[in-house]
Amino acid sequence: MSTEPIKSIKDLPLDENLFPGTPACAGCGGLLTLRHCLKMLGDKVVIVNAAGCFTLLSIYPFTPFKSSWLYTAMACAPAGAQGVRDALDILIEKGKLNPGDDLKVLVLTGDGAAYDMGLSSTSGAIYRNLDFYYICYDNEAYGNTGFQQSGATPFASRTKTTPIGKDFPKKDLFEIWNSHKPPYLATISPAYPVDLANKFKKAEQYKGPKLFISLTPCPPGWSTDPSHTFKLAKLAVDTGIWALKESVSGEVKHTFVPGKFKPVEEYLKEQGRFSHLFKPERKEETLGKIQEMVNEYWKQYGVLL
Amino acid sequence: MKKEMLTGNTAAAWGVRLAEIDYIPAFPITPQTEIIETLSGWISEGAMDARFVTMDSEHSMVAAAGAASATGVRVFTATSSQGLMYGFEMLYTVAGWRVPLVMINVSRGLSSPITLGPDHNDILAARDSGFLQIHCENCQEVLDSVLMAYRLAEDERVLLPVFVNLDGFYLSFTREPVEIPDMDEVRRFLPSYKPEHAFFNANRPMAQGVAVLGGAYYSYFKYQMHLASQKALDVYKEICRDFEKEFGRKYDAIEEYRLEDAEYVLIMTNSFSTMGKAAVNRARDQGIKAGLLRLRLLRPFPEEDIRNAIREKKSVGVIDQNISVGKGGILYSEVAGCLYNEKQRPFLISFIGGLGGKDISPQEFEFIFGQLIKGAGAEKVESPHLLYTQEEWEEMQKLKEIAGKE
Repeated sequence: MSTEPIKSIKDLPLDENLFPGTPACAGCGGLLTLRHCLKMLGDKVVIVNAAGCFTLLSIYPFTPFKSSWLYTAMACAPAGAQGVRDALDILIEKGKLNPGDDLKVLVLTGDGAAYDMGLSSTSGAIYRNLDFYYICYDNEAYGNTGFQQSGATPFASRTKTTPIGKDFPKKDLFEIWNSHKPPYLATISPAYPVDLANKFKKAEQYKGPKLFISLTPCPPGWSTDPSHTFKLAKLAVDTGIWALKESVSGEVKHTFVPGKFKPVEEYLKEQGRFSHLFKPERKEETLGKIQEMVNEYWKQYGVLL
Repeated sequence: MKKEMLTGNTAAAWGVRLAEIDYIPAFPITPQTEIIETLSGWISEGAMDARFVTMDSEHSMVAAAGAASATGVRVFTATSSQGLMYGFEMLYTVAGWRVPLVMINVSRGLSSPITLGPDHNDILAARDSGFLQIHCENCQEVLDSVLMAYRLAEDERVLLPVFVNLDGFYLSFTREPVEIPDMDEVRRFLPSYKPEHAFFNANRPMAQGVAVLGGAYYSYFKYQMHLASQKALDVYKEICRDFEKEFGRKYDAIEEYRLEDAEYVLIMTNSFSTMGKAAVNRARDQGIKAGLLRLRLLRPFPEEDIRNAIREKKSVGVIDQNISVGKGGILYSEVAGCLYNEKQRPFLISFIGGLGGKDISPQEFEFIFGQLIKGAGAEKVESPHLLYTQEEWEEMQKLKEIAGKE
């Protein structure tokens, strides 16, 4: 892969390493993210999966991947990645594996495992400086069990276990990871594939943990139209709710700052999970609080909305 | 071959060193710690060509061990008690991957109350996981069993992970003379690892541990594990014969001690069997036809061997160092289960002893033989008997007075 940054969507790789025909829901934002990520990672990959929606991508005897796959469990995909990476290194060291046939090790997980149950094994893997990629498709709830609250669920979002809306904000996984000072850490969006692709190109230069969190619309959970996924993913970035950023050895930099931020309401009003903020009557106070949280976030980086 | 005074833990580490393993993901827990400390010491001084990684928990440790095994290297790890419980989810997962991981468990009672002394509720909780289980009586057997475990796990007819179990304190920290075989002898018995089954390879993508939708597929894979475990019994016996040829020490799925003409039999496992054998000798001195059957392989359960060994005995006492709360001794149920369809079968009495490392005294063994003699031919058994002496009872009353709580 050349080190020149990709400038336009026309320059993205044409290779597909994720094939259609999966049982993922129509309009799954996570699947769109994964498709872009695998274009960049190629096909010499072992995907180590934690329990989540994507566990159902490989169902015996079918697989939609060109690469290999290992399902571990909800709490320990990064530990599984440790075993695979170490074993590959041992085989190369002992001359049993041609270095040209080495595999990239990728952890694939939803927010349930990433933010909650798998946090301890993720922290362990980052701390041990494991050379691996990690992608979290964050649809902000436990999607595979029917949309219950997770550590990623944002303030005011309705889920099956927060029927009147969650009354505290989302866990800041980026900052939790960043405090470990991994060589490379980024947030990505399926609506910004050029930004996503360049982050993978950049990450490739680093040995150690390369971590990516993608905010991914979930039509059944968010109660949105499957055809609106791209638009919603884009609105999340354009309203400033989902900041596109990266961190190299702990130093944070935004890779995209909207010229003019759209009001968060434009993003919220499209989604059934926030519909209680608009009807039967507008919840001005809650809407104001969400906008204020976004303003506060950007203010700490000197950006005034 | 050389002979050294080794603890059960260092004998275990020697077994691992001789097996030329590639990878050890580890997490310390008493009384297992000495095993991984010894191995990490050898690795750092260059005596072993393996990679050692301290993991963040036993759950992660078993996941890493299984995943490395699935990638095609020879892997070892060890745990104990609460650690085994913490990694429990992954035992089933790794067994389902059908990878030849060998893991040592140094038995210790389970919380609560928390204790360091051994019993077997930890390892017996794992009996349905798909791991095979070899249980050791002495330090030599620990070393030997590790070598045998790799042969068994890696046999393409088996491909299931294996536990080697030893008692905490009674064996983990007891020093005994142990023969350490030479490397070339071991290599003849256990060649270096060359998997024939699928492992991760850039030129041959593979999906491992995938979901199945539907009970019919799930049943198929689960039952294949059961069949492989049963097949492992024959394979294990082949391995025992090869082991005897190479090293001269004889093992089997069970051990029969003074059993041939015995009428009253103890069934035991692990290090307390040594006390049981001494009790058999004392009983024999008093003219009681006593014998002992030690279960060495608990999974697969060697039903036929057990049936043949005790079918014609007058009475049999199963001494369980575990308690299935609300049911009783686990091995008692298992032994009773395998005798059910026998027309001629011994009287079976359940004893629970040695919980949390509680000693089983000579007087308690006398009590057991008394019950076996009295019980033979009786119509009804009170079951199970908890082995507990008068002195222990009085001591406990004193502690309760101090604690001020009934």
